[in-house]
Parts: sequence; structure tokens; C-alpha cells
Amino acid sequence: MIDVIRDKVKELLDSGEIKGFLGLVRKNGHIAPHLFQKGDDLGAMSLGDDKVAGDARYPLNKFLINLAKAYPEETFAVLVRGCDDRGLQTLYTWNQLNPKKVVPVGITCPQELADACECLKPFPAVITAGECAQPGTPRSVAAVDALVMSERFSYWMDEFVKCIKCYGCSNVCPMCFCNECTLKCDDLVKGGELPPEIPVFHHTRAMHMVGRCIDCGLCEEACPSNIPLRTLYKKVGSIMEEQFDFTTGAVRGQRSPLNKIDFAEGRK
Amino acid sequence: MGAPINYRTVLTTCTYCGCGCNFFLEVLDGKVIGTIPCKTSPVNEGKLCIKGWNVHEFVQHEKRLKTPLLRKNGKLEEVSWDEALDFTATRLRQIKESSGPDSIGFLTSAKVTNEENYLLQKFARAAVGTNNIDHCARL
Ligand code: SF4
Ligand code: SF4
Ligand code: SF4
Repeated sequence: MIDVIRDKVKELLDSGEIKGFLGLVRKNGHIAPHLFQKGDDLGAMSLGDDKVAGDARYPLNKFLINLAKAYPEETFAVLVRGCDDRGLQTLYTWNQLNPKKVVPVGITCPQELADACECLKPFPAVITAGECAQPGTPRSVAAVDALVMSERFSYWMDEFVKCIKCYGCSNVCPMCFCNECTLKCDDLVKGGELPPEIPVFHHTRAMHMVGRCIDCGLCEEACPSNIPLRTLYKKVGSIMEEQFDFTTGAVRGQRSPLNKIDFAEGRK
Repeated sequence: MGAPINYRTVLTTCTYCGCGCNFFLEVLDGKVIGTIPCKTSPVNEGKLCIKGWNVHEFVQHEKRLKTPLLRKNGKLEEVSWDEALDFTATRLRQIKESSGPDSIGFLTSAKVTNEENYLLQKFARAAVGTNNIDHCARL
């Protein structure tokens, strides 16, 4: 798979279609996010697989936003999996990236990753390399939903109380791009308190990710307290699907129904 | 096509505490713009605390000290390393002579290397002659 990606990237760079390719590289014994440019050696390129498939995924779209802001005239290619592709569609919708300046280089995820992510679409819309895996089977949300209400509440409270307020969940998130973050506003979330007010802190983030979260799972992987954040956001996502038939990133230009609530009937 | 963009991810180790978490600093055109924990690091496995996540903020912070400060007439003033070291050595010697070595204590740091910590305890015990040495974790 990597050879196909290398050839594609070389072609894009040599033709001058793109200024750079944002992907991953193996260097210093680690896998690192990396911008490949014309003439660069593509030999050390990586797809983020270290020991287990996809275990060194990085929020490449987040770095792409930084590059695009600094170099708005340039076109960049970026390595995308299914979730990154949903991310791109959403970032276009929210005017964080210009689709005319982005060339996605799509890879599929292997079955073991699709299963681990419980991913419903483990491949991007346009695939440069790889075979499509079967969608993963959702389990985690159902497992928590199976608890009776009081147990479910204590389950979540026992998880949230472990929070050390590192903000890793939002810092790593490729879809967190607000200039002012509610979770970092002193009036709403008091400084110097650990854990932060629960469950409000985590529910606030879950609510704010509606229409943004593309279920990449990077937040949960970054959480030093192993809080099952992905399950929480999957639950919120499933409510949006059931109630509004809305999946974040499925259709470019479609904003979350919660962003339209002010225009609903009976409201000004 | 123009010149290549100067964009790099630089692997480094957090200086905040003794854990030694690894992260990449995202550097664009000579400015550090972001921190991202290293997922393949056996130390922190893609996680960081709030201090580590904000390293890029302090590296280039305007308030960061770049020269030693010495209090003169009640006011902190920037001085050269030579002046700062001369002053410190002179005062340590005076205090040791007038009040004895155990009137001096040393506090070392998690932010420096093992070798530097070793040097400071050696300095305390062998040069100054006191066992008054401790670590910032017990402050
Ligand atoms: S959520 Fe997981 S399986 Fe799905 S596209 Fe992303 S990395 Fe691949
Ligand atoms: S899964 Fe987590 S990191 Fe990924 S988009 Fe959703 S909230 Fe952000
Ligand atoms: S990553 Fe985990 S510990 Fe850090 S703020 Fe988020 S929920 Fe809390």
C-alpha cells in the first residue's frame, strides 16, 4: 500500500500540483507527522502503523489548517483515512479549509482497526490505496446503555472524576478549532480545581462536539486518565443519527441540526 | 514553485518534570506553533499533562528569563553570567566561613538532567561540606 502512496505523492510533487504532502515519517525511531516537499526522500514515509495498525495516527488535518493559514495560496495534499475524510468535509463546511487547496490521498483501514474503532466507514470517499474493510460492530455504547440509569450515572461519574484537566482531548482534536473555548473560559470552568466540575465539564465538550466530532478516537487515545471519551461522543453521535438522521461529515455543506435550532418553527 | 516551506516536527523531551515525556514541537518558519505528544514514546504513549501540552507557549514567551538577575538595591537587574557566578561564589564562601557549611542548603530540580543533579549534590557535599540537599519534588 505504501508504495502506491509514495508514487502518488511523488507524482503530485513533481507535477507541481501540490506544494507539500502532509503525512507521516519514520524518524528517530518514532513515527512523526511530516511535510514532504519536492525533492524530499520519500523512503521513510509511514502510514502510521507501528506495532498495531494505525496506532500512530496523528491529527494531520489540524496541522493542515496551520499550514493553510500561513500559506493560503498553496495547495497541500494530506494523508486521509475514513475519519479524516469526514473531518475534511466538515472543515470545508465550517470554512476552516478551502477544498480547492486540498488534495486528499486516501487510504483504507485494515479490519482490525475498523473493529477496534467500531468504525462504520473505515475508508475515505476516494481511495488511493488499500482494500475496504467491513464496518466494525458498535459495542461500547450499547454496553453502557445496558446498565440501569443509576448504575450508568455512577459509571460515568467514576470515569469523569479521574480527569486531570489536561485539555488533551481538545488539544489533540482535529475538529476543535474555536478561537474562544468554553472549557478554557474562567467564568464557566473554574481554574485551580481538580477534577473540574463533573459531569458538566465532559458534557459541555460532548455537546460542543455535536456536528464536529467525526469519531476518530484521538481524544480517547490522548486521555491520560483513560476516560472512555469516544464512547461518550459516539453516544451523542448516535442520538443525532436517530433523531435527525445526521452524520457528521457525511455530506459536505451540511451543518448540524443543532446549529439551526434558532431558525426552527416558533422561534425568532 | 518557490522555496520550500520551513515546516518541521521536532522530537524533544519535556523539561517540566522528571517523567521525561516525549513530544513533537511543530515549527513553522522558525516559530514554535504547537506541541503534540509522541504516540510511539514508551514514556507517555501519546499523552501529556497540561504543562506539557503548553510547552510551545513558554519557549518563546516574552517573560522568559534569558540572563541571570541579581538584586541590587532592592531591584532585580539583568547581569552577565560571570557577575552572577562571582557574586554567588563569594557569598557562599562568606556564609560558610561565618556560619558554617550547615547554614547552607541546596535545592535541585526535576527539570535538569541526572548528571546535573549529581553535580549539585557533589558540590554540596564535597565543595561546601553539607548534606543539606533536597529535591524540588519535596518542596
Ligand atoms: S475511525 Fe478508525 S477505522 Fe475508522 S477511518 Fe478512522 S482510523 Fe480508520
Ligand atoms: S473522536 Fe475525539 S478527537 Fe476525534 S473528532 Fe471526536 S472529539 Fe475530536
Ligand atoms: S484528556 Fe482526559 S484527563 Fe485530559 S481533560 Fe480530557 S477528559 Fe480530562
